[in-house]
Amino acid sequence: MTQKKSDTPDAKIPSGPIEAKWAKHKMDSALINPANRRKYTVIVVGSGLAGGSAAATLSELGYKVKCFCYQDSPRRAHSIAAQGGINAAKNYQNDGDSVNRLFYDTIKGGDFRSREANVYRLAEVSENIIDQCVAQGVPFAREYGGLLDNRSFGGAQVKRTFYARGQTGQQLLLGAYQALQKEISAGGIEMYSRSEMLDLVVINGHAKGIVVRDMVSGEISSHAADCVILATGGYSNVFFLSTNAKGCNVMSAYRAHKRGAYFSNPCYTQIHPTCIPVSGDYQSKLTLMSESLRNDGRIWVPKNSQDIGKPAHQIAEANRDYYLERKYPSFGNLAPRDIASRSAKEVCDAGLGVGNGGLGVYLDFADSIQRFGKDVISSRYGNLFQMYEKITGEDPYSQPMRIYPAVHYTMGGLWVDYNLMSNVPGLHVLGEANFSDHGANRLGASALMQGLADGYFVISATLPNYLVEETPGSISTDMPEFKEAEERVRDQINRLVSINGNRSVDSFHRELGLLVWDKCGMARNEDGLKEALEKIPAIREEFWENVCVPGDSGNMNQELEKAGRVADFIDFAELLCNDALHREESCGGHFREEYQFTKDDPEVSSGYTNEGEAKRRDEDFAYVAAWNRKEDGTLNLKKEWLEFENVKLATRTYK
Amino acid sequence: MKLTLKVWRQHDASSEGKIETYEANDIPQEASFLEMLDIVNNEIIENGGDPIAFDHDCREGICGACSLTINGVPHGKESAITTCQLHMRKFSDGDTIFIEPFRAKAFPVIRDLVVDRSSFDRIIESGGYVSIRTGSAVDANSMPIQKDAADTAFDAATCIGCGACVAACKNASAMLFVSAKAKHLNSLPQGLPEKDRRVLKMVEQMDKEGFGNCTNQYECEAVCPKSIKSELISELNRQYATAIVKKAIG
Repeated sequence: MTQKKSDTPDAKIPSGPIEAKWAKHKMDSALINPANRRKYTVIVVGSGLAGGSAAATLSELGYKVKCFCYQDSPRRAHSIAAQGGINAAKNYQNDGDSVNRLFYDTIKGGDFRSREANVYRLAEVSENIIDQCVAQGVPFAREYGGLLDNRSFGGAQVKRTFYARGQTGQQLLLGAYQALQKEISAGGIEMYSRSEMLDLVVINGHAKGIVVRDMVSGEISSHAADCVILATGGYSNVFFLSTNAKGCNVMSAYRAHKRGAYFSNPCYTQIHPTCIPVSGDYQSKLTLMSESLRNDGRIWVPKNSQDIGKPAHQIAEANRDYYLERKYPSFGNLAPRDIASRSAKEVCDAGLGVGNGGLGVYLDFADSIQRFGKDVISSRYGNLFQMYEKITGEDPYSQPMRIYPAVHYTMGGLWVDYNLMSNVPGLHVLGEANFSDHGANRLGASALMQGLADGYFVISATLPNYLVEETPGSISTDMPEFKEAEERVRDQINRLVSINGNRSVDSFHRELGLLVWDKCGMARNEDGLKEALEKIPAIREEFWENVCVPGDSGNMNQELEKAGRVADFIDFAELLCNDALHREESCGGHFREEYQFTKDDPEVSSGYTNEGEAKRRDEDFAYVAAWNRKEDGTLNLKKEWLEFENVKLATRTYK
Repeated sequence: MKLTLKVWRQHDASSEGKIETYEANDIPQEASFLEMLDIVNNEIIENGGDPIAFDHDCREGICGACSLTINGVPHGKESAITTCQLHMRKFSDGDTIFIEPFRAKAFPVIRDLVVDRSSFDRIIESGGYVSIRTGSAVDANSMPIQKDAADTAFDAATCIGCGACVAACKNASAMLFVSAKAKHLNSLPQGLPEKDRRVLKMVEQMDKEGFGNCTNQYECEAVCPKSIKSELISELNRQYATAIVKKAIG
């Protein structure tokens, strides 16, 4: 493939062999001496794994940190809900793992749509993360010999996932939260809980502050800094129903996009294969059942439609289709998420789904319970089985779980360079909020790894490259840019509370979510996307005429909070669908029905891959799409062509 | 299902609150308790009223945001769950349900069912951490830890900081919360160097915040969504006594 020229800003990828890039970059990076660090103020928005760890680490180094979160405590950030584990190339299992292999698995898992240098650094740093977390007292699972235990995750043939029962995210977040509290106590961090960022302030082209609403008093305030770090998570809630917490939103990232930051690859959305199926239209969110369950659970549906509706135990072994084991014998039930999700959709679309409405497949533990005993299974997954039972009223020890894919994570995000800085100087973006490491599909147990890599180890080394060029403390909230941003924010709030329409915010969010799920969900096509793009402006128009936000803005007003977020989701949905429409290929989480392998393709007839698998078009699309929003709201596409020097582009197969 | 709700309404921290009555109609049995409140709120909004404010986020029992006292019991009478995990199939058609905030002096009401639990953050800030700087850790497997000790630490570390223990206690004591963090960190070798200091600081901060003392009734254990055991409180008392004596004799 001929290398094409990018029109995005320089990604600042260090030269040299891939193994040496990060070390070289750290050596070449600027340093700020300890006495000078305290002159710099750094704003961190978000207190999850990425934001919490960044705030704590930067404060330890001596920077003045202001950290903001919308939750009532930084300990409640949504990273807490991650269940299964965190990857690291420790090779404690002696099963052939290495930094190189984690790097390769992640590039391949991402369907060859991520930057090699970033991914290699992630794999390198993964080892330090485990050391750091253990030192903080994170109680990872251990073996009887006292050493750390590992489990397997999708898309890997080695055991490299560290875990704390089904609550790994919680334990890692508490580690970061405790480090954050330690620094608050030491006076290095000012924490602002129940505070929502409503705008980014850009001065002379540089990100120098934010405007925030205090969610208790309603007060709008400005905060100036020498740089701004966003670690505000993903945008899954554009679909209304997702596994994200109810408060997760795209507002900070989208408002930064409106101030000039490029938004990359929004169409890469991850649909997690194992969630509890939707049970009714009152439903407010979906619940994930950890991917780790696929270590011991077998996924199947009835082979024949006459068995639909029968209880699982009445369906004979010979009449069950263990479709992942059949289609992907090497990876079996541990096929990567995008593939497992699409396979579930395929069998359900073929009318073989189980449960209410036929949108479900079985995840069956009978064999494992027979092999290991109920106690072992309970020690591995006890809390997940209990969670399932509480929600569905069914006992997964005696009957298979019913699961169905649901939106879970978003690989797309704000464009960043190797320093994790966006195209707006000073604006840095960490964790799920950036686009950088997972390509078109994220492997399980890699989100926690990336959040902590960015926060503990990357940003502390790269931030001085920006700061060293800046005069600390040169920004004041008296500057007109802050006043303008405050005015914009107040105008929008006043407009929202004065519409006094007839429809609740949620009703608009549900309408938008259904449309986006239907046309830009697990499978997409040109006609559907065009239809969505026609309908979204109508939703927006009605929203701004007929939404009802009761009460006023001068105190706690949860409907007002939601209204601001939904207004941005509506605008963002257009960006999402435009990106999905322009990417005329299938890759990872982005499946365009027009681009799939058919029986006439040589890769299928040779047995290398299956009919219906995603078909990439590297020649035309091996780039990062970076969307630039112009003043008038129109979109302009920039392309960062990906360079593959260490990994050979190949059709992804897990057969 | 048709239900009658008696809900605590309070405009802000400085105003007086009162119980108001709402009818909840056509509630599906499969809905969660918070989804039932969503349905009620939607109706209130469409009728031009003021929706009920309540804290919630993950809605899967792990973030610790939801905090309702349901018929007098924090998180409701089902054991080992949070409010967001409570489902309407546990109620009967025609039931009357009282919904109030978590009540404690150290958890002032912000609005309706929303309370301020920042006192918990300040307790952790006082000593609920291991003082390790990023980058200074040794290899994770260089320090073997007995599986039992790791499991015990984990059981205590599952605390979600919801505050149900405080709301259930007639003294509004935070002893279960504090003892869980003490147990988590003090039972691991990484936490030992700061053990005495941690216990003294956290207990001191707990008193300063206005939490009461433990008088061994164990309502905390009964309502804890993560089944944290009240025996941790006696252990905290022992550790506190030891630390005080060591401090006194130097």
